[in-house]
Amino acid sequence: MDALALSRLQFAVTAAFHFIFVPLTLGLSILVAYMETRYVRTNDEMYLRMTKFWGRLFLINFALGVVTGITMEFQFGMNWAEYSKYVGDIFGAPLAIEATVAFFLESTFIGLWLFGWNKVTKKVHAISIWLVAIATNLSALWILLANGWMQKPVGYVLRNGRAEMVDFMAMATNPYGWSKFFHTVLSGYVVAAFFVMGIAAYHILRKSDTDFFKRSFKMAASFGLISSLSVFITGDFHAVEVSKAQPTKLAAMESHWETQEGAPYYLIVFPDVQNEKNSIEMLGIPKGLSLLAFHNGNAEVKGLRDFPKDERPPVLPVFLSFRAMAAMGMLFMLLTFLGWILERKDRLEHSPMFLKIMLYSLPLPYLAGQVGWIFAEVGRQPWIVYGLLKTSDAVSKSITAGQVFMSLAGFTLVYGLLALVDIYLLAKYARKGPDSNLSPIIKTTTMAGGGR
Amino acid sequence: MIFHIIWFILWGVLWAVFFMLEGFDFGAGILHSFLGRNETEKGMIRRAIGPVWDGNEVWLITAGGATFAAFPTTYALMFSYLYSALLLILFALIFRGVAVEFRQKGQGAVWKKGWDTALFLGSFLPALLFGVAFGNIFQGLPMDAEGYHGTLFTLLNTYGLLTGLLFVLLFIVHGAIWIALKTEGDLNRRASQFAGTVWFLLLAIAVVFLIYTKFATNLYANYFENIIWFIVPVIAVLSLLAIKVFAGKGQMLKAFFSSCLTIVTVTFTGVVGLYPNLIPSSIDPAYNLTIFNSSSSVYTLKIMTVVALIFVPVVIGYQIWTYKVFRHKVTAAEITEEGETY
Repeated sequence: MDALALSRLQFAVTAAFHFIFVPLTLGLSILVAYMETRYVRTNDEMYLRMTKFWGRLFLINFALGVVTGITMEFQFGMNWAEYSKYVGDIFGAPLAIEATVAFFLESTFIGLWLFGWNKVTKKVHAISIWLVAIATNLSALWILLANGWMQKPVGYVLRNGRAEMVDFMAMATNPYGWSKFFHTVLSGYVVAAFFVMGIAAYHILRKSDTDFFKRSFKMAASFGLISSLSVFITGDFHAVEVSKAQPTKLAAMESHWETQEGAPYYLIVFPDVQNEKNSIEMLGIPKGLSLLAFHNGNAEVKGLRDFPKDERPPVLPVFLSFRAMAAMGMLFMLLTFLGWILERKDRLEHSPMFLKIMLYSLPLPYLAGQVGWIFAEVGRQPWIVYGLLKTSDAVSKSITAGQVFMSLAGFTLVYGLLALVDIYLLAKYARKGPDSNLSPIIKTTTMAGGGR
Repeated sequence: MIFHIIWFILWGVLWAVFFMLEGFDFGAGILHSFLGRNETEKGMIRRAIGPVWDGNEVWLITAGGATFAAFPTTYALMFSYLYSALLLILFALIFRGVAVEFRQKGQGAVWKKGWDTALFLGSFLPALLFGVAFGNIFQGLPMDAEGYHGTLFTLLNTYGLLTGLLFVLLFIVHGAIWIALKTEGDLNRRASQFAGTVWFLLLAIAVVFLIYTKFATNLYANYFENIIWFIVPVIAVLSLLAIKVFAGKGQMLKAFFSSCLTIVTVTFTGVVGLYPNLIPSSIDPAYNLTIFNSSSSVYTLKIMTVVALIFVPVVIGYQIWTYKVFRHKVTAAEITEEGETY
């Protein structure tokens, strides 16, 4: 493999690894903030224990999200210098804004939250976790606006041999970026909901601290139901943006070869890439694809054959990852709905089968997020910036295959080790359950309303 | 033109503030296992940086992001030319961050010893390598139209290593003062004593650095062109001396501010000397990366100026506020009684 292939692999590995931690941070920050708010409002100690238990898991996860995030910013320059030179004028801005507006807020107030229990009032302490939650989601907005620009470049002109920004607002209001933002952060909320429900299910099954975990489950089920429905709806809106901006991604995800008006949607289909057709094509819904892609049954959907071969993304991974993501998305709606109903009828403890399903479903939203990104990024190929710059022209000229091989090996080793430690700690503290009695210092000061 | 200069200054400020704040985190991380004689003392040292290190590190992310947004060509070439060095810094920072957060979450001597080592290396290596990197930037990198003609080992030249050593010593003294400032009793006493002793070594290296800079780099050209700029290194030297004076009197807060000022002015001694270059070429000045030939468009610089003017003061405001919240000394009782916060 050359430096290009290795750099692509390294970016994929490091981005995928980073995105193990990000989605949970996005959603769990909100849940923990809500728990602490309930505590401040009601003074019910159960909520304080919830804040502490889920907060501890949140922090273990958060630490890795932060450290793996630095890699991403460094890598644009290290491995993708030609890209950075060509688009830095417009792409650098959202990254710098992300750091200034979001990272500072997030990192400063996580420190306050972690060590500030008896240093600030209860209210200020709860506000600090809300600021972390807001900052995390703000950071997602700016990085997804940056990614949205790679997917659908706007607000620039080609000048001085590069893409220069001429309209900041066009970049900051790019509908591609915004629809992707909502879809992505909501999918993170689903991850958090399944994380909480899965661990709660484990404890309810074992009848340990049942009240505590039923209440956690209840919160997560409502959060998860709303989020998974919203992921679906925003996914539909985002799909229209994708269809408008990237006809090749649309054609590849649906394995659509012939340009057609009022294109049908096949429920069962499988691509035969060699012969540029589908080997299976069954159960077509008339005009379905046109309707899904453009919200217009008569719209024309371009087929892959109408694009030169070197401008098509690899069809099979795009097709499969999209289907896997969509199928899991539907499963999440079903499972959260069932969880919500069972919880409302107070049948959770009597549904061991369902609880087991929820426990083993814990990794699925993570997986859905991963295939979602594979779909989005592989589907954009061969472009790094759609229609503007090819991935093959974006790699640094000064790095050698040997260098990237070493760094990739390093990342694999270091990240592998971190993954082991992370899973060990999460499992340890998740299994351990909440502390039954709170640390005396914390209890007295927070009960007294805090203060210095 | 004016926006290029604004961003050059901001670029310097971001790095200087990063070194000033993360400097004591690195120093404390380096000294953690040496000054901390038992679990309680180690806990106190970690708690001294615990609430703030993460927010301090963001100054690095912002320095990187600002370089990307304002000087994309410099960002692209600097990061790809210094590939292996940056990779080492990256791994070190990863281990440092995880060590601070995870050390208390497991049991056993191996677990703790392992994270102690990670904390040491994760603090020492970035301190050294940032110094090496900046030393090499001051000298200029061997680059021309064909690209970069060097490896990781090219960077490990005498001047690069000297700058690395200077950074390490600056941060060790800075960190020892911070530990003294934040602790009581025996640890406090040993930390101030240690800062006072290492200070002599720092002074010696700083003098060698200032002299050797004349021969290894072109930094002083700007100073001789406009003599007023000598005020920056003069303040650096004076504040370096002030560290010793205040530390000797046991006025650790003043010593800490002197040490902050030293780090900022040392950074700016380099920054002023570099102007208008961001990275000079050691082969031919024609290939220098300057704030003009490697910058973003004026439009982008203007947008980013507005963003910086609005948000940087806000950031500084709430960061100062959190420092105030955690202004009290860390007590041994706090560490032993409270144990883990979570």
